[in-house]
Amino acid sequence: MLSVALTLALAMVALALALSLWRLMRGPSTPDRILALDTLYINTIALLVLFGIRQQSQIYFEAALLIALMGFIGTLALCKYLLRGDIIE
Amino acid sequence: MRRLFPHPWLSLVLLLIWLLLQNSVSFAQLLVGGLFAWLIPLFTRPFWPETVVVARPLLMLRFLLLVLYDIVTANITVARQILVRPRQLHPAFVVVPLSLQSELAISILTNVISLTPGTVAARLSQDHTELWVHALHVEDTEALVAEIKQRYEAPLKEVLEPC
Amino acid sequence: MNPLIEALLALLVLLGAAFTLVGSVGLVRLPDFLSRLHAPTKSTTLGVGSLLIASGVYFSQGDTLSLHELLVTLFLFITAPVSAHLLARAALHLGLPTRAAPPAVGEPRDGVRS
Repeated sequence: MLSVALTLALAMVALALALSLWRLMRGPSTPDRILALDTLYINTIALLVLFGIRQQSQIYFEAALLIALMGFIGTLALCKYLLRGDIIE
Repeated sequence: MRRLFPHPWLSLVLLLIWLLLQNSVSFAQLLVGGLFAWLIPLFTRPFWPETVVVARPLLMLRFLLLVLYDIVTANITVARQILVRPRQLHPAFVVVPLSLQSELAISILTNVISLTPGTVAARLSQDHTELWVHALHVEDTEALVAEIKQRYEAPLKEVLEPC
Repeated sequence: MNPLIEALLALLVLLGAAFTLVGSVGLVRLPDFLSRLHAPTKSTTLGVGSLLIASGVYFSQGDTLSLHELLVTLFLFITAPVSAHLLARAALHLGLPTRAAPPAVGEPRDGVRS
């Protein structure tokens, strides 16, 4: 039962990734693209967590944690750039 | 005591985060985590000018549970709005007048508003008296403002700014 | 595996994936940026939170307890509103077209250096 649910969930998350990617390419504005990138990070975390359960391995957790940290900082830096035209002042 | 532990809540959070990161509660990890939890607030003291005083911890806990409940229920509402009729929504800005004073309380309120689906805190006025909130679907702006003030701001004021 | 726990896990996994998907669907379908902001930042956060809880339950079977998934959940719940707030401010700053008129308050626009 769980393996069926995992396969279904992986398919749903993959579809979510594809939809975010569409928004990333389509735009139309820069904040839209940043938002799409942010969503891609979080979807990737979901994908890694599901994969970790499927492979019964805890290694993927570390990757998920790192992506969570880096993704947030990336979004922050890009927003700061839009607001100020500069990242480090 | 104050000199040795300038921020007891911060220390507790740091210890918890260390234990979660290591995923173990062995004696060695408790010792190392405890050392970090003691030293980090001590060395970063200049970054934390105000000390956090939680006046009513139980009320704070109730508030957190309320927020968690709201996140789940409101998410279901928003999911329905997105899937069923995304083009008939009435997004709008509302201006929430703030009665909170401290920066910590205001930032917690802002985060709570942004976390509960359907509303995003968009901007804080420079004198910290007004908060612009963008809502995905509003029928009655005044009701929304009243709900935010009564549901989230009032408990926060009681917990963090008792006077 | 205990069938009850397995059912709970399957439910959590499916629910989490569904919310993640709804977030991305909102990102594609909603008409203007500030509305789009609502979908992914929150639905997706809740979805991933639910997946992480499932992972925590899965790895906590037997006599080991695995709680570090909580850390990512907590981190996401703290950072998601910050990203959303900054994106909203950036959108206001750039004056993106929105279906909701910003309040007409004569306030100097923040973040602009002359």
